[in-house]
Amino acid sequence: MSYEKAQSKNVIWDWLTTVDHKKIGIMYLAGGAFFFALGGLEAILMRIQLMFPEFSFVQAQTFNELLTMHGTTMIFLAAMPLLFGFMNFIIPLQIGARDVAFPFLNALGFWLFLFGGLLLNVSWFVGGAPDAGWTAYVPLSSESPGHGLDYYVLGLQVGGLGTLIGGINFLVTIINMRAPGMSMMRMPLFTWSSFVASMLILFAFPALTIGLLLLMLERLFGGTFFAVDFGGNVIIWQHLFWIFGHPEVYILILPAFGIFSEILPTFAKKRLFGYSAMVFATLIIGFLGFMVWAHHMFTVGMGPVANAIFAVATMAIAVPTGIKIFNWLLTLWGGRIQFTTANLFALGFIPSFVMGGVTGVMLATSAANYQFHDTYFVVAHFHYVIIGGVVLGLFGGAFYWWPKMFGYRLNETLGKWFFWLFLTGFHLTFFVQHFLGLMGMQRRVASYLGGQGLESMNFISTMGAFLMTIAFILFLINIFVSTNNKENAADPWDGRTLEWTTPSPVPEYNFAQTPLVRDLDAYWYEKYEGDGKMKAAEPLGDIHMPNGTILPVLISLGLIIASFGFIYMVIPLIIAGLGVTFGSMFVRSIKEDHGYHIPVEEIKRDKEEG
Amino acid sequence: MAENEAMEQQQTLPPNPEKATLEGRNKYLGFWFFLGGETVLFGSLFGTYLGLRSGVLDGPGPADLFHLDLVFIMTMILLTSSLTSVFAVINMKRGNYKGLLIWMWATVALGVAFLVFEIYEFYEYYHQGLGFSTSAFASAFYTLVGTHGAHVLFGVLWITTLLIRYRKSGLTLTNAPKFYTAVLYWHFIDVVWVFIFTVVYLLGIGG
Repeated sequence: MSYEKAQSKNVIWDWLTTVDHKKIGIMYLAGGAFFFALGGLEAILMRIQLMFPEFSFVQAQTFNELLTMHGTTMIFLAAMPLLFGFMNFIIPLQIGARDVAFPFLNALGFWLFLFGGLLLNVSWFVGGAPDAGWTAYVPLSSESPGHGLDYYVLGLQVGGLGTLIGGINFLVTIINMRAPGMSMMRMPLFTWSSFVASMLILFAFPALTIGLLLLMLERLFGGTFFAVDFGGNVIIWQHLFWIFGHPEVYILILPAFGIFSEILPTFAKKRLFGYSAMVFATLIIGFLGFMVWAHHMFTVGMGPVANAIFAVATMAIAVPTGIKIFNWLLTLWGGRIQFTTANLFALGFIPSFVMGGVTGVMLATSAANYQFHDTYFVVAHFHYVIIGGVVLGLFGGAFYWWPKMFGYRLNETLGKWFFWLFLTGFHLTFFVQHFLGLMGMQRRVASYLGGQGLESMNFISTMGAFLMTIAFILFLINIFVSTNNKENAADPWDGRTLEWTTPSPVPEYNFAQTPLVRDLDAYWYEKYEGDGKMKAAEPLGDIHMPNGTILPVLISLGLIIASFGFIYMVIPLIIAGLGVTFGSMFVRSIKEDHGYHIPVEEIKRDKEEG
Repeated sequence: MAENEAMEQQQTLPPNPEKATLEGRNKYLGFWFFLGGETVLFGSLFGTYLGLRSGVLDGPGPADLFHLDLVFIMTMILLTSSLTSVFAVINMKRGNYKGLLIWMWATVALGVAFLVFEIYEFYEYYHQGLGFSTSAFASAFYTLVGTHGAHVLFGVLWITTLLIRYRKSGLTLTNAPKFYTAVLYWHFIDVVWVFIFTVVYLLGIGG
C-alpha cells in the first residue's frame, strides 16, 4: 500500500482495519466502557433485589444469571480491556517507540476480546445467561441445563486468547522497542507494572484455557474429568481456575498501581520515592501471586498443612504491597500537592485500598476463613481492592491521560463532583457489607429473611450503589461537555515522562525522531537540566509504518461462527467458522506485507503545524 | 527477476539471518514467550492427567493398553524429526537454502509418520474399549495426548505452508525468522512428547 492510499481510507474501514496502537487502545477503552456500563447495570439490578428482605424484583434464576454475568463481565470484559486500553496507548509512548512489536497481533487481540464478550452476552437473548457464578465451579457448571454455560466457556476462551496475545505483545514491545537510553531501570512505573502484569497473563491464562477446554469437553463431548461416578474429580477445576484466578487479581491491580505511580509524582512535583524498591516490590508481588491460589479453597478440605502454607504465603504479599503504600506516602511527603481530579483518585485510593488489604490478611487467616467463607465479608473485601484499587486507578488514569488520548481536558469541577460522589457511594455500598457478612449473610443468594437485623444495612448498600451510578453518569456527561477545553492539551500537568513530549492528539508515527533518554523521568530531566526538548536519537527521515488489514476481524469472526457451531452442535457451522479462521491465518502467512513509508516532507509539515 | 534479487540477498545475508532485523528479533523473543505459555498449558494437562489416571473404573487401564514397542517407535520418529530440523537450521546458517528445504521436508515427513502411528494407537485403544467417555482416565489421556497430536498436526501444516510458499524465494531476512520459529516450535512439541512418554507410558506400565 502506498502512503496516499493509506491516507484515503474511509473512517469505518480505517478503524476496522487499523493496526495503530493508539486507535486500538481507544477501541479497547470504548469496548471496556460499554461492558463496564453493562456490568454496572447488572449490579444495580441485584442491589435493587436486595434492597428489601424477601423482595421479588427479579426471579432467583435471573439473580443467579445477573451475579454470574456481573462478575464475569467486570473482570474479563471491563477491567482488563480498560487497562489494556491504557497499556496500548501509553506504553509505546512512554518507552519512545513508534508502535508495539506486533501491530497485527495487537489488532487481533482486541477483536478476539470484543467478539468473545459479545458472544458471552448473546446468551441473554437465547434462553438464559450462565448461572454458576463467575468461578463456574463444577459440578454446578458442568451439570447446568441449557446453553448458558456453553456461552461462558466459549466466550471466555475466545476472549482469553486475545488477552494472551496482548500479554506477549506487551512483553516483547517493552524488551525490544525501547528508545536509546531507556534502560529497564529508567522505565516509568506504569510500563514496569504492565510488564509484570503481562508476565502474569502469559503464565496464568493457559491454566484457564485448559480449565475451559475441559469444561467444554465435559459439557459438549461427554468428557468425564469432573464426573465423580466415572472416577473424575471436581477439585481439579478449582485448582485450574484459581491457578489462573489469583494471578488475575494481580493482573488487574498491578497496572492500576502503575497508574498511581505516574499520577502521584506528577502532582506532588517530586520524583517517585524509592523507584527501585517499587520495581522490585512489583516483581515480588507478581511472583508471590502464583504461590497463593489455594487460599480460595481453604474450606475445601486440603488439610492443615496445605492451609497453613497458603495462609503464610498470602500474608507475605502484604509486605511488598506495604512497601508500595509507604513509597506513595513518602512521594507525597513534602511535595507541592495539586488536588486535581486525577490526583484525588490517587489520594482516595490509598486509604480505600489499605482497607481492602487489611481484610485480605484477615481472610488469609485460614482458621478464621471458615467463618468468612462465602459471606458478604468476602464480597466487601474484593470490591474494596477491585473498586478501591483498579476502578479508582482507571478513573484517575482517564482524567490524567485524557488530554493525550483525545486532545482535550476533562472538566475539573464536574470531575471533582464525580470523584466525591463515587467515593462516597463506593464506601456506602461496601463498608456495611463487611458487617452483613460477619452477621452471616450469604453471598450469591437471591434474598434474605426480615427480622434478622440485615434490613437497614442492605438498604444503605443499595443507596450507595445508586450514588455510584449517578457519579458515573456525571463522568459520561463530562466527556461530552468538555470537548472545547483544547488549550494546553499536549502537556497539561507539567509531565515527567515521554508521552507528554508528543503533540495531542498524537500523530500516527508518535515521534518524528526517536528521542534520546538521559535519565529516569526523561522529560522532567530535559526540562530542568536541558533545554526543555528531548534530544533526538536519529536524523529526520521517512518513517516505516505497517499496513492496516481486515484479517484480525475475520480470524475473530470465524472463531465466533465456530463457537455457535459447537454450542448447538451444527457441524457445517464449525467447519465453516474454523475454515474462515485458519484460512485468514493462511493468507496472513503466505502474503508478505512490508508496510509503507510516510515521506519526510509530510513529517516536517506536521512539525511546523504542531 | 524476483529470483535474481533473492539470490543477491542471499549472498549478503548476515550470519544469523533469523535475528538480523527488528521484526525477526521480535518474532524470536515473542515466540519464546509463547512457548512459556504453552508450557503452562501442557503443565495443566499433565496435572489433570496425574490426578485422574487411576480413575479407570471398569474400563481398561494404562497397564492393559500401553505397549512400549509402539511408543518406542513413535518416540524415535519424533526425536529423529527434531534432529532433521536441527540440520535444517545448520544449513540455514551456512546459507544453503536447498539443504534447509530438504531437511524441513524430512521433518514434515517424520511428523506425518508420527501422526499415522498416533491415529492407529487411538483406533486400537478405542477397539479395546477405551472410549472418550469411558472413564476419567480415558478423558484425561485422550485430551493430553490428543492436544499434543493436534500440536504436531498444526506444526506439519505450518511448515508445509512455509515450504510451498518459499520453495523458490531463497533465504531472505523475512523468511529466515519464520523457519527458525517453526523449528523452535517443533523442538517444543518434541520435548512435550518426552514428558508424555515418561509420565503417561512409562509410569502407566511400570508405576
